[in-house]
Amino acid sequence: MAAIKVHGNPRSPATQRVLATLYEKELEFELVPVDMKTGEHKKPHFLNCLNPFGEIPTLEDGDLKLFESRAINKYIADEYAGKGTRLAFGDNKKKAIIGVWMEVEAHQFESAASKLTWELSLKPVFGKGTPDKAVVEKNEAKLAKVLDIYESRLAQSKYLAGESFSLADLHHLPSIQYLLATEVKKLFDSRLHVKAWVADITARPAWCKVLCHACRSKH
Amino acid sequence: MAPIKVHGIPLSTATQRVLATLYEKELEFELVPVDMKAGEHKKEPFLSLNPFGQIPAFEDGDLKLFESRAITKYIAHQYADKGTDLACGDTKQKAIIGVAIEVEAHQYDPIASKLSWELALKPVFGMVTDKAVVEENEAKLAKVLDIYESRLAHSKYLTCDCFTLADLHHLPTVQYLLGTEAKKLFDSRPHVSAWAADITARPAWCKVLALQKH
Repeated sequence: MAAIKVHGNPRSPATQRVLATLYEKELEFELVPVDMKTGEHKKPHFLNCLNPFGEIPTLEDGDLKLFESRAINKYIADEYAGKGTRLAFGDNKKKAIIGVWMEVEAHQFESAASKLTWELSLKPVFGKGTPDKAVVEKNEAKLAKVLDIYESRLAQSKYLAGESFSLADLHHLPSIQYLLATEVKKLFDSRLHVKAWVADITARPAWCKVLCHACRSKH
Repeated sequence: MAPIKVHGIPLSTATQRVLATLYEKELEFELVPVDMKAGEHKKEPFLSLNPFGQIPAFEDGDLKLFESRAITKYIAHQYADKGTDLACGDTKQKAIIGVAIEVEAHQYDPIASKLSWELALKPVFGMVTDKAVVEENEAKLAKVLDIYESRLAHSKYLTCDCFTLADLHHLPTVQYLLGTEAKKLFDSRPHVSAWAADITARPAWCKVLALQKH
């Protein structure tokens, strides 16, 4: 039995964020499915033992239990720094720059991207209705402004925090992948450097393994 | 001239987060005011410091950073041996602090910021509080604070018996909310109430509050 367990759903963007990191670090792990449809994540066992906020994913590594996908990823990147891809590297100043772009993903990119992912990709799948056009329009405009800044940034370096792939780039993968299959793709395609960066990070072998998980899952 | 500069204003919660960290670490710095009314943060040269046009921005020598939580983490690590130890312990302890930092950022702050804006800041700017937004967010904050209450029954601070960045990041909004009707949400939960009283009494935080009086 693997020491590392992820409790989540292979189609959940936050779960995918963690799976991508585990694959990049070439770590053995077990994905324990959480039955969202029956509200397993809101029941006492999950709330008391795994995540009191009732959200996936959670991670167990031996007796350590963590939640919040970005905290989980930082832990994996640090604890297993010597394995697989280096994801959070360099001196304090270099790590600080990676830290800035991780915050940018979490606070500037994700708020617009996750709303668009919900409206255009997930709502239809869960039978929760059709996309709200006003929400889509508003968030496409927000995302466009964020991507303009990314375009300037990526004109200076291959990845967001420098010349090497880091957690700052990885954290974007789930939302970007969903949005590439929607009308939002045009926002990425119309920006030269963003387009090249997107093509590069979504082609990474570790990410392709995450997508295989999602394809295989029946939920 | 101090090598550390913070571009921001004392009223801004995000700026306060950084100032609190600098005072905890007993570091010399210069606070460079940004004229928000004139839109200075949306123009050059500020945009060269933060292309997203938000305060604070931070300089340490030739290093330029933005996003308050990235700045505080840099300060805590770069100056680990100065002042208060804000990111203590081994990788596993740091991971637990990391979780609490994400909880503050994603579960607590969006709600607390909306309430701070409605109850504390809008009146200062002569704007009208939206009662529906207040009611909705007080209900949400109550649920988050219930989880904090359970957590703080086990340790003095959010991650252990030491004050860390995870506690510090809450200070700006906790302080604002304690001066409003939302105070009742803290007072009715004994461990949360004790924690809030403790962290807002820290000398470093009192120095941040003193800046607002000028």
